[in-house]
Amino acid sequence: MIWYIARRILYLIPTLLIVSVIAFLVIQLPPGDFLASLISKAEETIDQAQVDALRERYGLDEPIYVQYWKWISGIVARGDFGDSFEWNRPVSDLIWERLGLTMVISLVTLAFVWVVSIPIGIYSAVKKYTIGDYIVTVIGFIGLAVPNFLLALVLMYVAFRYFGQSVGGLFSPEYIDAPWTLGRALDLLSHLWLPVIILGTAGTAALIRVMRANLLDELSKLYVDAARARGLSELRLLFKYPVRVALNPLVSALAWVFPALVSGSAITSIVLNLQTTGPLLYRSLQAQDMYLAGSLVLLVSVLTIVGTLVSDILLAWLDPRIQLQ
Amino acid sequence: MAPNVEETLLEVKDVKTHFFTDEGVVKAVDGVNLSLRRGQTLCVVGESGCGKSVMARSILRIVPAPGRIVSGEISFRQRNGETIDLAQMNPRGRDIRSIRGREISMIFQEPMSSLSPVHTIGSQIMEAILLHLPVSRSEARKRAVSLLDLVGIPRASEQLDAYSFELSGGMRQRAMIAIALACEPQLLIADEPTTALDVTTQANILDLISDLQADSGMAVLFITHDLGVVAEIADEVVVMYLGRDVESGDVDAIFHEPKHPYTRALLQSIPRYDSRDRERLYSLKGSVPHPFNRPGGCPFHPRCDEFIADQCNTIDPGRYTVGGDHSVRCLLYEPSAAAQNVGASEPPAPAQNVGATR
Ligand SMILES: Nc1ncnc2c1ncn2[C@@H]1O[C@H](COP(=O)(O)OP(=O)(O)OP(=O)(O)O)[C@@H](O)[C@H]1O
Ligand code: SF4
Ligand SMILES: [Mg+2]
Repeated sequence: MIWYIARRILYLIPTLLIVSVIAFLVIQLPPGDFLASLISKAEETIDQAQVDALRERYGLDEPIYVQYWKWISGIVARGDFGDSFEWNRPVSDLIWERLGLTMVISLVTLAFVWVVSIPIGIYSAVKKYTIGDYIVTVIGFIGLAVPNFLLALVLMYVAFRYFGQSVGGLFSPEYIDAPWTLGRALDLLSHLWLPVIILGTAGTAALIRVMRANLLDELSKLYVDAARARGLSELRLLFKYPVRVALNPLVSALAWVFPALVSGSAITSIVLNLQTTGPLLYRSLQAQDMYLAGSLVLLVSVLTIVGTLVSDILLAWLDPRIQLQ
Repeated sequence: MAPNVEETLLEVKDVKTHFFTDEGVVKAVDGVNLSLRRGQTLCVVGESGCGKSVMARSILRIVPAPGRIVSGEISFRQRNGETIDLAQMNPRGRDIRSIRGREISMIFQEPMSSLSPVHTIGSQIMEAILLHLPVSRSEARKRAVSLLDLVGIPRASEQLDAYSFELSGGMRQRAMIAIALACEPQLLIADEPTTALDVTTQANILDLISDLQADSGMAVLFITHDLGVVAEIADEVVVMYLGRDVESGDVDAIFHEPKHPYTRALLQSIPRYDSRDRERLYSLKGSVPHPFNRPGGCPFHPRCDEFIADQCNTIDPGRYTVGGDHSVRCLLYEPSAAAQNVGASEPPAPAQNVGATR
């Protein structure tokens, strides 16, 4: 197991390197260097000394690999992601809270998806072709078919109309720029359900199908009959053997569910006006605020890679066959 | 070991197990009778699809949905001397669970898939022990090691922590046997335990089962389609065709005085002992009919060389005793017909292919 994890972490290094190069290329993508656009957009003229200082800092006159090196070493060594010219602030000031909120929303959504879909999937596999199974199936297909933004609008209306909640955003107005307190955390929780349901619905519907299909497959396997023939009760049997095996593909689904959540949340976050990375990335790309965009691309990719690693390790721990390969 | 070795342990009477599928009713087992005494080996033979596995599963009440026992009786004599009818039990209930693994164990056709892919061998043996015996975990573990030792798995204490994918087919079947024997059952049901294994391994597993049986005095219900195996291990034989026992009796009677045309055809088509090739085993004409399309009268009549016109295709033969516990389901042996058909003990003259009318 230790060796398996060590090997996986070793594989991580080249992947991270490639991702960082791609993120850097994103920054380089727009024509001209970013100082040109900075100067053209600035309201008052920037004096030449300031321009030279920036030029020096980012190594703009030097070959591209030196620029890359300056950028990446700044991030790794000092957590310096460069400046966002749109906000006129260091990128690192802008992203950490948003990244944190993105993580919170994604993880809570993931938990929601699993907690809801696993028991329902088990139920509908065990009771296959009963009324209950058909109801679950129909609701599941509706959940898959309704677009997130529509669900967002409907639920926002419901939240506003019937619960009198301030909709949009993750905080009530009085907490938006407040420092972290217990009150702010509770306020966050009371706003969280809306985006979690919206973001989680499609995933839940999909995972119910996956869980049902996996479990149906496993239920007809001989090892289940063998365990039954040993005298195990139906309920213990169900959870100890087939459910356990049927969960494995769900854990490996983590690897794609997580990035889908982080990136797929952009539109929903814009509709709901959430302070997550999605809308920030969207705006930074529109404004060609390239250091901000590149940093976000880098961080979201890193999160994805780490998510994959975690799911791989979890899977290896659940399924002893994996480590052998 | 048992006070009276001849005591009847299991008696299956006219059991019918049907599958109620959307396409129609599959009569997988349609009236099977058999009886098994303590310490004995009963072999059930028959072509693929004749309902051997479903019959075995019916005894343990692990018939998969949409199948269920529709009638019949399965009397089993428990250790405490009480006789119970397994067919009447709730298949999910506590009573049948106390029989499974404790009084009756079963090993299956596919050792590759009868062990959990994500649990160790040891955890599955210990599960069987802890379910039925009042022992601590560490005692169960010790017992598991000695069981693995008993079934001839080398380095037993290490292999306890092995996963099934780390073992060969033969070793997996040995592990399955260890699990089955964990609580010293009175009856072991072995459903073609060697079919998926190579010839040498097959012989080893058969020897192992015979040795264990000799030591423990348990009865064995052995399902196979290999008549060579039957000759080697059986005390009694039941020949099945389309969900029925068409002939049953002790092994000598079946091999030396086969009565039923189906049994005779089976015996005539035995190739070498070591052949594992199902297709070459029987040279019976035609094939087993589709389960939805059961022939009326004697179910064997479309393939029978001794078909009696107007009788075999209309009259469902009963079970006729032809000496001792040898019985056969064929109209040739119907007592009133015996006069017309010249003595029942003489093989009737093979008729022309009258059966080919279907
Ligand atoms: N789950 C099921 N649903 C419907 N029909 C079934 C089911 N299981 C078995 N059957 C039917 O029952 C009949 C007997 O099957 P069974 O598995 O008992 O045969 P078998 O004698 O064990 O054959 P083999 O030698 O191939 O193992 C077959 O015709 C099969 O189609
Ligand atoms: S009853 Fe008739 S068809 Fe059936 S086995 Fe006997 S002779 Fe053949
Ligand atoms: Mg079978």
